Amino acid sequence: MTVDMITNPTTSNQLRKLIEARSGQKMLACYQCGKCTAGCRAAYAMDLAPRQIMRSIQIGLEDEVLTCNSYWVCLQCQVCSARCPREIDIAKVMESLRQLAIAEKSKPPEKEVAVFNRIFLKMIKRYGRVYEAGLAAFYNLFSKHFFANLSLVPSMLFKRKLSILPVKVKGAKKIARIFDRVKEIENEKVSG
Amino acid sequence: MSRIGVFVCHCGRNIAGTVDISTVVEAAKKLPNVVYVEDNKYTCSEVGQDVIKKTIEENQLNRVVIGACSPRMHENTFRKAVASAGLNPYLLEIANIREHCSWVHSDDKEKATAKAIDLVKMAVAKVARHQELFPKQVGLTKRALVIGGGISGIQAALDIADAGHEVFLVEREPTIGGRMAQLDKTFPTLDCSACILTPKMVDVAQHPNITLLTYAQVLKVSGFKGNFEVEILQKTRLVDHDKCTGCGSCWQKCPQKVASEFDFGLGNRKTIYIPFPQAIPNKPVIDTSNCRYIKYQGWEKDSKGKKPPECRICEKVCPTDAVDWGQKDEIINEKFGAIVVATGFKTFDHTTYGEYGGGRYPDVITGLQLERLMSASGPTEGEVIRPSDGTHPKTVVFISCVGSRDDHIGRSYCSKVCCMYMAKHTIMLKEHDPDIQSYVFYIDNRTGGKGYEEFSRRAQEEAGALYLRGRISKIYRDGPKMMVCGDDALMGRPVQIAADLVVLATGMDPSDGVVELAQTLNISYDTNRFLIEAHPKLRPVETQTSGIFLAGVAVGPRDIPDCVAHGSAAAVKVVGLLSQDTLTTDPMTSIVDPAKCVGCFMCEDVCPFSAIYRETTRDGRPVAIINETLCTGCGLCVASCRPGAIDLHGYTNQQLLAEVVSLCR
Amino acid sequence: MAELVYSYYPGCALHSSSKEYDISTRLVCEALGIELRELEGWICCGASSAHTTSDLLGLALPAQTLKIAEESDLPLVVPCAMCFSRLKFTIAGLKDNATRNDINKALDEELGQEIEVESLLKVLDGKTISIPVTKPLTGLKVACYYGCLLVRPLEVTSLDDIENPTMMDGLVQNLGAESIDWDFKTECCGAGLPIARPDMVLDLSYQILSQAKSLGADCVAVACPMCHSNLDMQQKKMKSEDGQRLNLPILYFTQLIGLALGLSAKELALRKHFINPLPMLRDKGLA
Repeated sequence: MTVDMITNPTTSNQLRKLIEARSGQKMLACYQCGKCTAGCRAAYAMDLAPRQIMRSIQIGLEDEVLTCNSYWVCLQCQVCSARCPREIDIAKVMESLRQLAIAEKSKPPEKEVAVFNRIFLKMIKRYGRVYEAGLAAFYNLFSKHFFANLSLVPSMLFKRKLSILPVKVKGAKKIARIFDRVKEIENEKVSG
Repeated sequence: MSRIGVFVCHCGRNIAGTVDISTVVEAAKKLPNVVYVEDNKYTCSEVGQDVIKKTIEENQLNRVVIGACSPRMHENTFRKAVASAGLNPYLLEIANIREHCSWVHSDDKEKATAKAIDLVKMAVAKVARHQELFPKQVGLTKRALVIGGGISGIQAALDIADAGHEVFLVEREPTIGGRMAQLDKTFPTLDCSACILTPKMVDVAQHPNITLLTYAQVLKVSGFKGNFEVEILQKTRLVDHDKCTGCGSCWQKCPQKVASEFDFGLGNRKTIYIPFPQAIPNKPVIDTSNCRYIKYQGWEKDSKGKKPPECRICEKVCPTDAVDWGQKDEIINEKFGAIVVATGFKTFDHTTYGEYGGGRYPDVITGLQLERLMSASGPTEGEVIRPSDGTHPKTVVFISCVGSRDDHIGRSYCSKVCCMYMAKHTIMLKEHDPDIQSYVFYIDNRTGGKGYEEFSRRAQEEAGALYLRGRISKIYRDGPKMMVCGDDALMGRPVQIAADLVVLATGMDPSDGVVELAQTLNISYDTNRFLIEAHPKLRPVETQTSGIFLAGVAVGPRDIPDCVAHGSAAAVKVVGLLSQDTLTTDPMTSIVDPAKCVGCFMCEDVCPFSAIYRETTRDGRPVAIINETLCTGCGLCVASCRPGAIDLHGYTNQQLLAEVVSLCR
Repeated sequence: MAELVYSYYPGCALHSSSKEYDISTRLVCEALGIELRELEGWICCGASSAHTTSDLLGLALPAQTLKIAEESDLPLVVPCAMCFSRLKFTIAGLKDNATRNDINKALDEELGQEIEVESLLKVLDGKTISIPVTKPLTGLKVACYYGCLLVRPLEVTSLDDIENPTMMDGLVQNLGAESIDWDFKTECCGAGLPIARPDMVLDLSYQILSQAKSLGADCVAVACPMCHSNLDMQQKKMKSEDGQRLNLPILYFTQLIGLALGLSAKELALRKHFINPLPMLRDKGLA
């Protein structure tokens, strides 16, 4: 059992201020009614339910928030934001937490979603479009779930819903540069 | 020659914290016609007022300027102080160096001080041109109007009538009683609501001083405190209430049923009906939208479609021949000295919440609908059953704050009574059926009244209601059950309950039509359409408009004891007004110089109070004349008058120009 | 029939694992006199991976497609709900000057006039243009499943009621079928997690499908390739507590339109589905 120690208001407000800046949402407007959690389809798989995430940010439980799986399995389905009686965009808060975790290169409690996203983006950067076979293959490799989803492959090939080779969009190099420029602009903001 | 005294107030730190008082004092000394300047810590205090009085007398001052808070706060106080020194109270001008200066410029002391000096300069220039003004005495009508026949209106009417004054109580519905008549029991005593309400309703009907107008509506109000002129619409009932004895033969035999508004659609009523058995008056009205004979009459006119039944059964069975198809709407014009607005509330329309079914699920009902089910005189004679299939529910889930504390649907406020009525419902359900298990999803449990906390404990400890903290996100149908998806915030886990019946604790919205009524009365309402009090703390039953008072939920959500107290408080204010024999009018009214008036009557067009009328001068010219008793001194006519024939006592053109000129120097 | 021309943005899924959606869309549009001009060199919208990694990336990728769409100056029709959502978010983001500047910088190009982006469901809802039904889908009970991204957030998509949308239901009824009244129209099926968290997809999708089945649905109609994928491709892995399979075909709404227009099941690529809809359709005399 833990006791939440709040000894220094400045440090306990740090996480909240950081998330407020990133997401643009008023964290203290949340009155912990739980409607977000009640409607969240992924809540059952989360370490901390959406309401608990909001609470943890409110009181500054940085460690818990940065080591939980909640915003990794969040489906971004927007139901929480649509129904929140305080008009807080909770999906945006979840998005901000994931962005923060990726930016800080923190190790997620479960690697699968993070690995998937990384590979997905790498594919787009390279080919401009999703190369599904490659995505699945590299996912299996890097997540070490070597046989994941293999049962579907034969049917997919037979129904001609999967191409073995990637299709590179014309001007894919341009796309790669978009990725690079985005990174530049973001780095400028952080340091500037 | 003006001898002006200037009193600059510190108002503690309110003004002195931002404005440098000594600088203002020094500057004031140099102003034209100023013979005396002083500063005080709290000018409104008894000491401060004494100082003003003494100073006027000792220095033979004939004009006074007070640099202090807004005139809204203490203008009357200072006028009295000036008058007590023998000076006409209108030879006073207040420079608002608080609300207009120190309170809004606290970030720049230098500029604030300079502005305070300017404000005092303007006041000095203006007051030098003040003339003595003398209020008039006018008569008043010793009759009160109470709009709204719910518990607040009923209480107000009874108290005013008991004090010996005439009262008209106007109610829109066919009966008085309001929402309280629809309740089964009241918290925390669990009194039968009709049992405690109906004696008061009967008192209203029988009181010699009360004229009860039901099925009637206030259309237009004009006039002013002590002298209101009101136009009331008496809707036709198609039943002569003088002949009717309330025997009930007509509504028993009437063949046409429609959904009952009183039962919120859970049951039916006839088209000639009284809303509930103890209705006052206990005489029916005919619902002209659904009456068969009315439809037949419509068919007779345009002969479209199949011939409907002529019916007229009510007419045939009535022993006293009281059905009067020829009866028409009537306009009643009446004068009143004071008005009490007690228009009450309606429940929030929960169909807004698509996630709770949007009104499509028959087994998701509101708290008031549950009251009707539990009531012995309700649509199911007190049997709590599921509207969908008539079976008895065993699992009942309550959801709090439906339509309250929710920015998303534009209702940020708390409706105050819902936590208590949910507790009441769980206790009452247990009495109806000991096998019922209630679950209450709450966010907070607000039980601030007398005996309320103890009552809430009864709900849990005796009635076994399980309270879960968390809002409900969605209700979905699974076979006969309503699946309620919530968050058990205290355990930190989502929770779902398979309910037989879901009761939504819907919040309070102001009644329909309150905005139009407020506009004709010239009183204010807020963003939630609740009427605004003159001061939220200190003047809870008055409005900014003299002579118009407020009572009940029309002002904001409150429970029955507060409504009764409110009604009585409004009554006291009314009686205070009506017990005077004459009223003093404000002398700050406009006046037309007939010599300059060209008869364009632009002023008449712009006057919001209809205070301007036409007269012909002796040399045959039509000119505008101001009715001083109706005029409120708003100044619109002054601004509209092109030849400059109109001036405003207390704010004359010369006085205002003097202010401007003083600034420019 | 009026000739309507749209730019067409199929998105990655329609070019591979959700090919049926692309095939049926093109066929139906052709039959209705709508010309679709696929954008040249369109790129992936970034799906959920982009915006959950970086705000700017999540807007810049769809913006690139908007830039391409500018050249033709036609309204853009989008069949995939995720692409539609991302494009709409980008259009909303472009209204803010600072964000617009960043996006222009990222693309190294200036975005011009706002492009009108329409969801395919809106274009083919049966109200915008009438659908001349020759083979009404009589006797077919359809559970219309909208998914998350078409209706939420309301301020971004402005498409339909977020709790009980009826656009697809109205369409399905116009085609002669019956749409069931159910409460899972917009409950998420598992979104983009079938590879990383297939367990969640199975849980969530199973709940949706068993609801539809228990209410007597013969099939589920969808307007999103991700939803289709989760509900169809993964269905064989879903089993009830007593080991029963659902066997509930999942059809794209465009395929339903196609059938009602008299197109064949083969043309509409119905065979490409994992749960074969043909036995059910033949049973009802609809294929």
